[in-house]
Amino acid sequence: MNPNLKWKALFVLAVILLCIYGLVGLPDFPTSWLETRDNFSKRIKLGLDLQGGTHMVLQVQVQEAVSLHADQTADRLTKELRDNKNIRYEEIRKVDDTHVLVRGLAPGQSGAFRDVMSELFTEWDLSAASGEANGYLLTMKPSVVAAIQQQTIDQSEETIRRRIDALGLAEPVVQKQGRAANEILVQLPGEGDPTRAKGVIQAGGQLELRGVVDPTPYPSEAAALGAHNGVLPPDSELMRGKSEGTAGQPGGESWWLLQRTPIVTGRDLRSAGENRSTENPGYYEVHFSLSSAAAKRFGPFTEQNINRPMAIVLDHHVQSVATIQNRIEDSGRITGRFGQQEAHDLALVLRAGALPASIKYLEERTVGPSLGADSIRHGLQASIASLLVVMIFMVFYYRVSGVNAVVALILNLIILMAFLAYFGAVLTLPGIAGVILTIGMGVDTNVLVFERIREELRGGKAPVSAVAAGFKNAIRTIIDTHVTTIVSCLFLIALGSGPVRGFAVTLTIGLGANIVTGVLISRWIFDWHLARMPRQAELSI
Amino acid sequence: MEFFKQANLDWMGKAKYFVALSLTLLLLGGVSWYRKGGLRYGIDFKSGTQIYVRFAQPPSIEQIRKGLSEQGLGNSVIQKIADVANPNSNEVLIDIEQRGQGEESLDAGKTAVLKALNATFGTGDPSKQDLNAATPSALAEYLARRDPLGRGPAAGDAYTQLARRIAEFRDSNRNGILTNLDELKSVAGATDGAVSALRDGYYLGNFTIRKVEIVGPKVGAQLRRQAIFVTLYALAGMLVYIAFRFEWVYGAAAVLAVFHDVLITLGFFSLFNYEISLTVIAALLTLVGYSMNDTIVIFDRVRENTRLMRREPFAVIVNRSINQTLSRTILTSGLTFLTVLVLYVMGGQVLRSFSFALVVGIVVGTYSSFGIAAPLVVAWNNWRGRGAAAGTGSAAGNKARAGEAASGRLAAAGRR
Repeated sequence: MNPNLKWKALFVLAVILLCIYGLVGLPDFPTSWLETRDNFSKRIKLGLDLQGGTHMVLQVQVQEAVSLHADQTADRLTKELRDNKNIRYEEIRKVDDTHVLVRGLAPGQSGAFRDVMSELFTEWDLSAASGEANGYLLTMKPSVVAAIQQQTIDQSEETIRRRIDALGLAEPVVQKQGRAANEILVQLPGEGDPTRAKGVIQAGGQLELRGVVDPTPYPSEAAALGAHNGVLPPDSELMRGKSEGTAGQPGGESWWLLQRTPIVTGRDLRSAGENRSTENPGYYEVHFSLSSAAAKRFGPFTEQNINRPMAIVLDHHVQSVATIQNRIEDSGRITGRFGQQEAHDLALVLRAGALPASIKYLEERTVGPSLGADSIRHGLQASIASLLVVMIFMVFYYRVSGVNAVVALILNLIILMAFLAYFGAVLTLPGIAGVILTIGMGVDTNVLVFERIREELRGGKAPVSAVAAGFKNAIRTIIDTHVTTIVSCLFLIALGSGPVRGFAVTLTIGLGANIVTGVLISRWIFDWHLARMPRQAELSI
Repeated sequence: MEFFKQANLDWMGKAKYFVALSLTLLLLGGVSWYRKGGLRYGIDFKSGTQIYVRFAQPPSIEQIRKGLSEQGLGNSVIQKIADVANPNSNEVLIDIEQRGQGEESLDAGKTAVLKALNATFGTGDPSKQDLNAATPSALAEYLARRDPLGRGPAAGDAYTQLARRIAEFRDSNRNGILTNLDELKSVAGATDGAVSALRDGYYLGNFTIRKVEIVGPKVGAQLRRQAIFVTLYALAGMLVYIAFRFEWVYGAAAVLAVFHDVLITLGFFSLFNYEISLTVIAALLTLVGYSMNDTIVIFDRVRENTRLMRREPFAVIVNRSINQTLSRTILTSGLTFLTVLVLYVMGGQVLRSFSFALVVGIVVGTYSSFGIAAPLVVAWNNWRGRGAAAGTGSAAGNKARAGEAASGRLAAAGRR
């Protein structure tokens, strides 16, 4: 045999082995059909529509973080002007997410005011407030706004990922999506019911321990205000919560007056876990421990406030109000009638950290496992059936050369699947359809060449030159036709997502591989066959 | 074996039949579109909730609708899944419109539908859970608590494995619905004790949710925009590519033919009531690429033959080219058609709209190459008065070829 041909044959063999290794793993050679199938399914990443699972798109409400920053700035400015610099003004208030208004600045103090601004509040631009004498408008710098938004997204993504990881699901995906859209994509393979995961993701997780100004729970905001003559004491805040029923009084929604500044927040937690409740058997509670820095604050606080109440606030809701019995350094309990999973999830959320802004769900798609299994079965059946149909036809119509086409086609499919396995591309149900289309379109290559060869043979050429002319003339058309389909697939890859992208990727790789197998490999097989044929024999095509 | 040994048909002469066929199909599609008020858009574009439910027995649509009305969802679209390839199924698609834009959570629709289904079809008593809706982890937790194998804390993940096998049996072998707990006995590790433990805590619901898709309004709008952009860009890209490889007139003819293919396919969608989703858009784009294939093959031959057959009238050249490539065209289209037909029949419910688009599209796309695109180019050449001489569009007019005048006179005698 032509030595060149030998190298080509070896090359093809090497490629085949490489592919098979990628698909079923040679070294740990599978000993049974079941093992082969398992290996195969481990190597090819299945999309959510084939293995079942949930796909969600969340949007982080970054404006909340910006708004919060404005709030905090208004607070700091108040403190600074009033307490530290003794600058008099009529009102400081937040106008909207990015603007704070200072009204009625005492005349003659504007210089001092401007100094404070340029020294301590560099994130803000100062301008005269229109329509207000002695009024100033603070505008958050756009770069600062952008920075806050970016940081909020990053932190949200990080927190959500920690929470999902703690749930112990198989191979979840959490990643940012969309350039300016503040969206996060979450994929939970195998999760047929995302309710629990959604609860964990969406939980605010903001824990605060605050001193209580007035221990009486009021039935409404108005009642609380009334009890204090319409004016709340300085540095206090009204907060809502559920109070447990005590003897003689039913539980329900109540309002408490708490200190504005928390002693301890979720950021100070070192760890949290759930345990059975001793007071309420059958229920669970969450215990937590504080970092040493927080303990240094918490210890003295509890010591100074023995026999006084303290409130545990979760996501701006009063969870419970308890009396401090003795000095506590660094631990605490959150009680409430929690079920085991509830307590577990709450501890999980506390450990992962609070979300800097709330999130909204934009999209949710769940494929149940039974549909996934069904889809795989249908996809496989359809693939095998279409392959058989094509194979039978090719052999019938082109005789021995048809076998050539079949071999090239099978090689094409093997290379396609191996590509998917090696590059970790995800196989979706439309992806399987892409494989089937590859079969149908791929055989086009062979048909083009064979028809050309037949034409040349009819024109009187000898087999060897007919084959050469056939391939030469057909190549240009083959490339043209493949390129147009690949171009539309490239658009789909760029602008599509999920299953649609899976389809486009599969078809692109399939057609790309087809050019190699249909042109190169097919040619080599012909050369090998022609070399073995006696000189005068007819080419079976 | 050879089907088309020496085809010699007058395609350009018969072009009017193809055009008539196309116009008829377009009209049919248009009328259907008008009468049904547009196409059926899938959740991807409409926004809302779509739930795919499978029942143990064929369900009564009226019953479902009644149950949904009680939850305030009387306007939902309920459709039994049944078509040529899948005539008797116990499956239903429930479509709920997006309820309001505001603070209501995205899955409010899904929760309401579940409540309605449980109320209408739930057989169970409230103390038990539905085994057909249980996740493997919930099952494992329950079994571990009941401990029917008596292993105590040493059970390890024996129960996790058992729960997983039970779920797999239910999903892969029974399509998601178990009708009799005794069927579980065939699962490895499911002892009688385990089965009766399950019987104590679970009932067998009459339905299972196979798929839920909830698309918020913002995402729906985004996807609509995306679909339109992708299609326009792809068409533009192809126009550029073809204009680059051939004359621009060929590009325009090819794009028009492809446009015609898409319109007819959409008409069929309206006629047969199939849903347009993102995967259908993917199918349409694929068939755009595929229809271009056929057209390019013919144009390639025309270009080659134009060089070889300078003296012939353009229409004759085109006829000859089509005849020469007929074998190849019918064969490959036939083969591809067979494969997508297999996909349509055997590919399962999820891909049905997708494969339908391809089935129709391939047929239409094939005949549009020689029935629409080629005649368009010939008509253009005729209109420009170059039908007689060998011409490939505007370039020929500018090049003064020696003997052009002579061949022009000769050809004039043979002008069609």
